[in-house]
Amino acid sequence: MHSDRAPLGLKLAAAFGLAFMHLPILLIFVYAFTTEDKSYQWPPPGFTLKWFAVTWERPDVWEAMQLSLKVASISTVIALVLGTLCAAAVSRTRFFGREVISLLVILPIALPGIITGISLRSAFNLADIPFSFWTIVLGHATFCVVVVYNNAVARFRRVSGSLIEASMDLGANSFQTFRYIILPNISTALLAGGMLAFALSFDEVIVTTFTAGQQQTLPIWMLEELVRPRERPVTNVVAMVVVLVTFLPILGAYYLTRGTDTVAGQGK
Amino acid sequence: MTSAIGFSGVSRHYGDVKAVDNLNLDIAEGEFFAMLGPSGSGKTTSLRLIAGFERPTAGEIRIFGQVAQGIPPYKRNVNTVFQDYALFPHLNVRDNVAYGLMIAGTPKRQRQKSADEALGMVALGGYGDRKPSELSGGQRQRVALARALVNKPKALLLDEPLGALDLKLREQMQEELKTLQRSLGITFIFVTHDQGEALSMADRVAVFNNGQIVQIGAPEDIYYRPKTPFVADFVGSSNVLPPEFMNGLVGKSSYGAVRPEAVRLAEQGQSALVRSVSFLGAATRVTMDIGNVPMTMLMPKGAAVPKAGETVTVDWAAEDLHVMAPA
Repeated sequence: MHSDRAPLGLKLAAAFGLAFMHLPILLIFVYAFTTEDKSYQWPPPGFTLKWFAVTWERPDVWEAMQLSLKVASISTVIALVLGTLCAAAVSRTRFFGREVISLLVILPIALPGIITGISLRSAFNLADIPFSFWTIVLGHATFCVVVVYNNAVARFRRVSGSLIEASMDLGANSFQTFRYIILPNISTALLAGGMLAFALSFDEVIVTTFTAGQQQTLPIWMLEELVRPRERPVTNVVAMVVVLVTFLPILGAYYLTRGTDTVAGQGK
Repeated sequence: MTSAIGFSGVSRHYGDVKAVDNLNLDIAEGEFFAMLGPSGSGKTTSLRLIAGFERPTAGEIRIFGQVAQGIPPYKRNVNTVFQDYALFPHLNVRDNVAYGLMIAGTPKRQRQKSADEALGMVALGGYGDRKPSELSGGQRQRVALARALVNKPKALLLDEPLGALDLKLREQMQEELKTLQRSLGITFIFVTHDQGEALSMADRVAVFNNGQIVQIGAPEDIYYRPKTPFVADFVGSSNVLPPEFMNGLVGKSSYGAVRPEAVRLAEQGQSALVRSVSFLGAATRVTMDIGNVPMTMLMPKGAAVPKAGETVTVDWAAEDLHVMAPA
């Protein structure tokens, strides 16, 4: 007999899976309010909001936060430009080696971050480029491009080629066609891709450890804080902020790309 | 008669594929011109060459006397109605129609007024605020037409514009297009693979095959006096008679053609073996073999119909036998 209700076992398994994934994160949140600052003690001996004030006063947190925001923003912008251009080339024209290029663009996200990191580090060394803000940005851009590219290429495929021809036919040059026809049709995909890229960059650790000099992005700062036990709950407060900053764009990207499965410009 | 579009020696080759091969063509201003042919015959490529989406690999195209070489699509004074309509999905119907005017820099008020007028012309007044996705196929087709015509092009290019419509709508649109062309007096260049459509609408028809024009002329010419067996067969499925058969018939070694409706049962004539009989509604189609020459006969309603396997005698009036020039 079929019924729409899931069997009890399945429900339990699903509940367990969700709990397994999300309880540890809740734990992090709880520790942001604990009164004990030397070790993570369960249950917390007491609750306080003072760590938020302490965090607010810490200049190193602000520095790391600013750096992370700057890196994520600039990597995202670079990724938006390069990813869109690349997607346009791959989906609009046919040329020798098109599939290979498509694969090569996607590769950085499949490659373990540590390999990307090591190779970038040795490349920067070889080229005598000092590690700086910009080397971090370059490192992040390698995988941010992929996210934008993937989103854009899917949407480009769904914008029928005759739309562009129709626009040209009606007197619009390439720039006007891009501005009035292509951009409105791919904008949500770009926004979604950009948000994902931002979130990816904001919490990136591995590539950053290899491409950063003395600078500390927020995730790197957190890693360092874990080793040095001093005002531990500050790390948890920062963790909460990171979760919010990365979760909101991903949620946004999800809503933007939902329900856009119909082909834009398909006449029939 | 001024020339609207002129092709001289135009070719478009893709590697070894000759999509359009050494085409010569002259379309007069104000003419309703049809390009007819099976798919892959080069008719759509020819249209795209006029629009500027393709570049000729050889030859010269003139648009109203001006050499088209190097002029991008957006600077050509022609507009296209696309096969899939290509309406902009993010714009409403009015903004779709006003797009060309917007690009040309017409003030908003004025272009919206023009767009609404154009929509009225195609009987879609009041649909301006809808999105293309909310329209039926026939309505989208009209929007595409209005969007092209609102720019007052000197020539309108139509790429199988009725292909996606059902039969009834298609017949209705054929009439409307014809009326529209008469009243506007613009050159219409119409690509289709449907011979009925080409014959009923166009002033002149060019029949394409393998990238070349096989015959060009008035619909009656094409229909009654096909130049080659291909035209005879493609345009209205004439019975093509091979030279050997014609030799015995008229003593001349060239292809001949007889229209199915001209073939009739007779006392004297050719003896034929009936292969199959199919009822078509208004007529009955009888396919048979005269020796090894296949022959189709269309019998009007009410006539006594032979049965498959029977041997009958068929004939046709001498003037219904079209003798082609020797190949």
